[in-house]
Amino acid sequence: MGWLPEPVERLLEVALVGELTVVGPNGRPITHPLIPLYDGERIYMHSSTLFSKKLEHIKRNPKVAVALTDPVAMKGNPDRATIQGTARIIEDDPHSQWEGLILGLWRRKEPVIDSFLKMRVALPLFFERAVIEITPERCLYWIGGDTSRAPQVSIAHRAEAA
Amino acid sequence: MAAATVRGGSLSAHPAAATDFERLGGYPFVVASWIDDAGYPMSVATEFETDTDAGMVRLRAPAGEGVAIPTDRSVNLIGSHIRPKPGEGYDERRYLELWGTAEASVDGRVTFSPSRAWGWDEAEVPFFEYSERSVPQSRRYLARLSAERGRIIRPRLSAFWLALRTTRLPFLSATAVPVLLGIAIAASHGFFTWWTALLTLIGASSAHLAANVSNDVFDTLSGADDANFNPTQYSGGSRVAIYDLVTVRQLSMLSAALFAAAAAIGLLLVSVTGSLTLLWIGLAGILIGIVYTAPPIKLVHRGLGEIAVAITFGPILVLGAYVVQAGRLSLEAAAASVPLGILVALILYVNEVPDRLGDASVGKRTLPARWAPQTVRQGYLVAALAAFAVIVAGAVSGLLPWPTLIALAALPLVLRVHTGMGLHYNSPYTLMAVMGTNIKLHLAVGGLLLAAYLVTIFVALLD
Repeated sequence: MGWLPEPVERLLEVALVGELTVVGPNGRPITHPLIPLYDGERIYMHSSTLFSKKLEHIKRNPKVAVALTDPVAMKGNPDRATIQGTARIIEDDPHSQWEGLILGLWRRKEPVIDSFLKMRVALPLFFERAVIEITPERCLYWIGGDTSRAPQVSIAHRAEAA
Repeated sequence: MAAATVRGGSLSAHPAAATDFERLGGYPFVVASWIDDAGYPMSVATEFETDTDAGMVRLRAPAGEGVAIPTDRSVNLIGSHIRPKPGEGYDERRYLELWGTAEASVDGRVTFSPSRAWGWDEAEVPFFEYSERSVPQSRRYLARLSAERGRIIRPRLSAFWLALRTTRLPFLSATAVPVLLGIAIAASHGFFTWWTALLTLIGASSAHLAANVSNDVFDTLSGADDANFNPTQYSGGSRVAIYDLVTVRQLSMLSAALFAAAAAIGLLLVSVTGSLTLLWIGLAGILIGIVYTAPPIKLVHRGLGEIAVAITFGPILVLGAYVVQAGRLSLEAAAASVPLGILVALILYVNEVPDRLGDASVGKRTLPARWAPQTVRQGYLVAALAAFAVIVAGAVSGLLPWPTLIALAALPLVLRVHTGMGLHYNSPYTLMAVMGTNIKLHLAVGGLLLAAYLVTIFVALLD
């Protein structure tokens, strides 16, 4: 099972948007707002092949961070967190592999996705997708979202407060 | 993200400008990101204020070890926004990303000087347009993935949806209506054979689907579909080749097979009826279907697409269906075909409106690509009213049976389309409803004319 602090797991359960930051080809950070999914152990994000530059960046350098920052996207929860980890791209079959891996998690957070999926014929490339599987390694948590105060820091396997 | 930059075809990074500072000021907070000493990205949300004149952003310094915004490396700021809509997803999606460097300020704040920016705001670039502009990235990604895996990895659709999309099957109503009308007029004159009627419908449908597919082949090869970032369910072609769902070669073979099927059925009907008139009508229909987009003639590129479509889906189909049944031409059938021809041409005409910029960029000079919006609207009104005037003149002169006047019931749809064009001319996605109404107009007039002839046949049977 996962080791992330329970308040951070609560954020992951409701977040409609998180900021995924990857390392660009020139070593600079590039940030992408994406919906994060969480299975109790790993964080899953996903990307259409239409917007797949991030996948190329992750394949070049798998170190990533996911920030949960926007209370509006967290159903009013003001807490904030940043999770650093290592990502793996799952892309053997962009047409259907993602459905088996994450559609259940996605549907639980966004039930409306089923109605969009029924209209796959209208925008077929949007549903050709790769999965970004993120193994959390370090977590920073700001209670109440106040980043003017030092975060609580947890690290995988030996969760410790700063 | 200057709108002009986006409309010019680029959603890529650009030098940070005053507009970017103004846009950033609209976000309640930003997330600052950098690469930490361990090589991982680090992100922290913080408050900020922009100073457009100084070209900088002042950030409140986050507290804590390891979260101080560094001054010795590239820093990225992002402001993002969504509006959750429970049960529907979310809208008002936008984000703005800035890259630059940070400096510690004397007041304990951090000063950020951006050099590059990029972003997306769906209020300026609708999601569907953003997706269409990103199709080349999808192709590059899948090509690289295929090379890595040593096997071809392509997008897919189920056979049913692929066939529907490739042939644009729902547009067959444009063929079914005139063919059925031609058959009904012949029946009202006492000529009807069910199996030749059925063959006529199948043959004409095959020719229509063949023309749809061949148009996609030529629009793909000419670059017209690639240059169109605003396709809708009614316009912009099937895009199956652009999306790499099928190859151009496969499309060409499908088109040839459908044309061959149409020709075979046509020749069978010619041999059954012994009518050379039918042969010439059929040849004209297939020829127009091919040269509609095929070089060197490319009728649609020369602003002649509407006339070609009006002739094909009006007189050719109505008279062709009539001749199959009656073995001769009919002035009445010719008169009845005119309004249908005009209205189906107007389907093309309105559907070309969202495509006009992409079409013009590759020399496909359709009427909406040539004319000012006001002229296009006026042209629509004049042509649509002319279609109804022909029906009235036909009925008053006795050429058409008086029940055909019932088609006037569809007249309000003309005004709805005309008004809708004025309101949504520059918005491809809201114009979709108007395009749908315009298709209904053709179906309504065709259906009402058909009903009028069925009434005429029924009354004749009673006599």
